[in-house]
Amino acid sequence: MDMILLLELALNGVFVGLMYALLSAGIVLIYKTSGIANLAQGALAMMGAYTVVVLANSFGLSMWVAIPLALAVMFAFGVALERVALRRMIGQPVIMVIMLTIGLEIFLRGVIPGFFGAAVKRLDLGISNAPIFVGELLLNRAILIGGGVSLGLILLSILFFNSRFGIIMRAVSDNQTASWSVGIRVERAIAVAWGLSACMATTSGVLWGATQGVDWSLSLLLIKALAIAILGGLDSIVGVLIAGIIVGLAESLATGILDPIVGGGTRDVVASAIILLTLLFRPHGLFGREHIERV
Amino acid sequence: MIYRRAGISFTRYQDERRLWKLPTDRWAVIVIFALLLVAPFLVDRLFVVGYLLPLIIWSMAAMGLNLLMGGAGQIHLGYGAVIGIGAYASVHAMRAGLPFELAMIVGGLASAAIGVVFGAAALRVKGLYLAMATLAMQYIVDFVIVQVPAISGGTQAALSVPRTSFLGIAIQGDRAPYYVALALCAVLTLFMLNVRRTSFGRALAAVREKDYAASIIGVDPFRYKLLAFWVSSFIGGMTGAVLAVCYYRTISPDQFHLDLSIQLVAMVIVGGLGSVLGGFLGVGLILFAPIVLNQLIGLAADQFGVAIPTDLRAHLPLMLYGGLIMGFLLLEPLGLAKIYSNIRNYLLVWPFRHARQ
Repeated sequence: MDMILLLELALNGVFVGLMYALLSAGIVLIYKTSGIANLAQGALAMMGAYTVVVLANSFGLSMWVAIPLALAVMFAFGVALERVALRRMIGQPVIMVIMLTIGLEIFLRGVIPGFFGAAVKRLDLGISNAPIFVGELLLNRAILIGGGVSLGLILLSILFFNSRFGIIMRAVSDNQTASWSVGIRVERAIAVAWGLSACMATTSGVLWGATQGVDWSLSLLLIKALAIAILGGLDSIVGVLIAGIIVGLAESLATGILDPIVGGGTRDVVASAIILLTLLFRPHGLFGREHIERV
Repeated sequence: MIYRRAGISFTRYQDERRLWKLPTDRWAVIVIFALLLVAPFLVDRLFVVGYLLPLIIWSMAAMGLNLLMGGAGQIHLGYGAVIGIGAYASVHAMRAGLPFELAMIVGGLASAAIGVVFGAAALRVKGLYLAMATLAMQYIVDFVIVQVPAISGGTQAALSVPRTSFLGIAIQGDRAPYYVALALCAVLTLFMLNVRRTSFGRALAAVREKDYAASIIGVDPFRYKLLAFWVSSFIGGMTGAVLAVCYYRTISPDQFHLDLSIQLVAMVIVGGLGSVLGGFLGVGLILFAPIVLNQLIGLAADQFGVAIPTDLRAHLPLMLYGGLIMGFLLLEPLGLAKIYSNIRNYLLVWPFRHARQ
C-alpha cells in the first residue's frame, strides 16, 4: 500500500476523531456529574446545527451572530431538559433513564426535520473547499479546522475542571450526598452540565454540518461518540481525547484498507466493533474508574 | 359494575392459583380469542392481512423483548437484529429443505446463540453498557447480513421464502398464515403468562430488582441474566421465522434495521414493562397510532384547507414514538397495562371504593 495514502488517511482520521471526541466529551460531562449516559447527544448535535441554520437563513443573521445565539438557545434547552425531564427520573433504575434519553433522541429526530425540513441544508462557515497540501499530503480544510477547534474546546474543558465550578462538578460526581452536605447546589451543577453538554453538541453539530451539510444524519454521530466515550472510560475527559484519536484513526484506516476488500460499509461498523472489543477486554475503558458497588 | 365483586376473595387454593382468577376475565379471554378465530370470516381480508396479522406477530416479538426488559430488567436495543437473525437462519434452513417446524427452531437457536454472545460480553458490567453492546450488535449484524452475499442473497437482493406448511396446513393465501401465527402467538402467550410463576421467572424478578441482593439469596445473577438473554433471543428468532413465512414472504436486510429495534422498545415501554397484556396494548398503540394520526391530519388538512408539509407527515411516526416513550416514562412508567389495571381495580369494587383490599 502507498505510504503517502496511508499517512493521509491517518492524518485525516486523527482530525475526524477529534471532531467525534467533542461530541463524546458532552456525554462524559453528563456521566461524570449525574451518572447518566445521554443517548440523545447525537440528536442534540443535530438540533444545534438546525438552530444555527434556521437562525441564519430565516432571520438573515450572519453566521457569527447565529452561532453564539444558537449556543445560548441550546444551553437553555439543555438546562430545561434536565429540569423538566431528567430530574423527575432521579431514583428510577438506570435502564429507565437510558430509555428516556433514547425517547428524546427519537423525538428530536422526528420533530426537528419534521418542522424545519428534511432536505440537506448548507451551513457555510466560510471555509474554502480547496484542500491543504502539506508536502505531498492532501488534507481536507474543513476537517482540519474542525479537528483543531474540537481539540481546543476539549483542552478548555480539561482546564474548566480545575476552575471553581469545575471543582464543584468533580465533587458532585464523586459523591452527591456529601457535596450536598457541604453546601454545594447539586441540582444546579447537574443542570449546568446538561447545558454545557448541549453547547458542546451544538459546536460539534456545526463543525460536522460545515463538512457534510445539515440533515437528520447528524444524529448518527451518536454511535461514534459512544464508542469513544466507552473506550475512554466514560468518566475521563483525557480518555475522550485519546480514544477519539484512536477511533478516528481506526475508522479512517479501516475505510481506506478494508473497504476495497469487503466492498464498502466498514465505516459504520468500526465504532460498534470498538464498543464490543472494549467491553470484552477492558470494560471500564482505558482511563475509566472501576465502579465498585457497595451492598 | 361489570365485575360485581367486593375485592377478590377466594375460598379454595385452586381458585387462587388459576391463570385468570375472575370469571369475568376468563370470559373476556374466551370471547377475544373466539373473535380472533372467526375474524377472517367476518371482516375484510385487507383488515386481517394489514392489521390483525402484524398485530399478532409484533406482539410475539414484544413479549419476547418484554421477558428481557420487564422480566429481567436488562435493556436490549438490538432486538430487531435478533429477529433478523432468526428470519434469515430459518429461511436458509427452509431453502435447504427443512420443514417449517424445524426451521423455526433453527432460527430460534441461531438467534439465541448469537444473542448470548453479545449479552455475555456486556453482562460483566452494568445496565448502561448493555445498552451500548446491544446497540453495537444491531450495527454489526446489519453489516454482516448486508455484506455477506451468502446470507442476504446479494447486497440489493431479497431472499424469497419457499412454500411451506405447518403441521400439514399449507401456508398460503390469506387465512392460513393468520391462523398459524395466531396459534403460535397463543402458545407463546400461555408460556409468558406462566413463566413468571415458575422458579425461573421468580429468579429473573429477583435479579431485576437488585442483582447483588439476588446473589445473596442464592440466585446467580450472571447465570439468570444469560438465561433471560437466551430465552428472549430464542423467542425473537422464532418470531423472525414466523414473520418471514407468514407476513413478509420475501426478506431483505432493511426490514431489520435499528428503526425496528427502537419501535419494539417503544412497544414494550408504552405497553408496560413486565406485562403480557401490556405487550398487546403497546403493539396496538405503536402500530396504529401513526396511521390514525396521519389520517386525522390528512382529514384536517382537507377540511380546513391547510397544507401540511410532507416532511412533517413523514416524520410523524418518529415524533409519536419518541413522545410516547418519554411521556409514558415520565407520567406512567408501567405503561398502558398499569392504566388498565388502575381502571380495573376501580371497577372491581365499584361503587364501594372503601372495600378495596
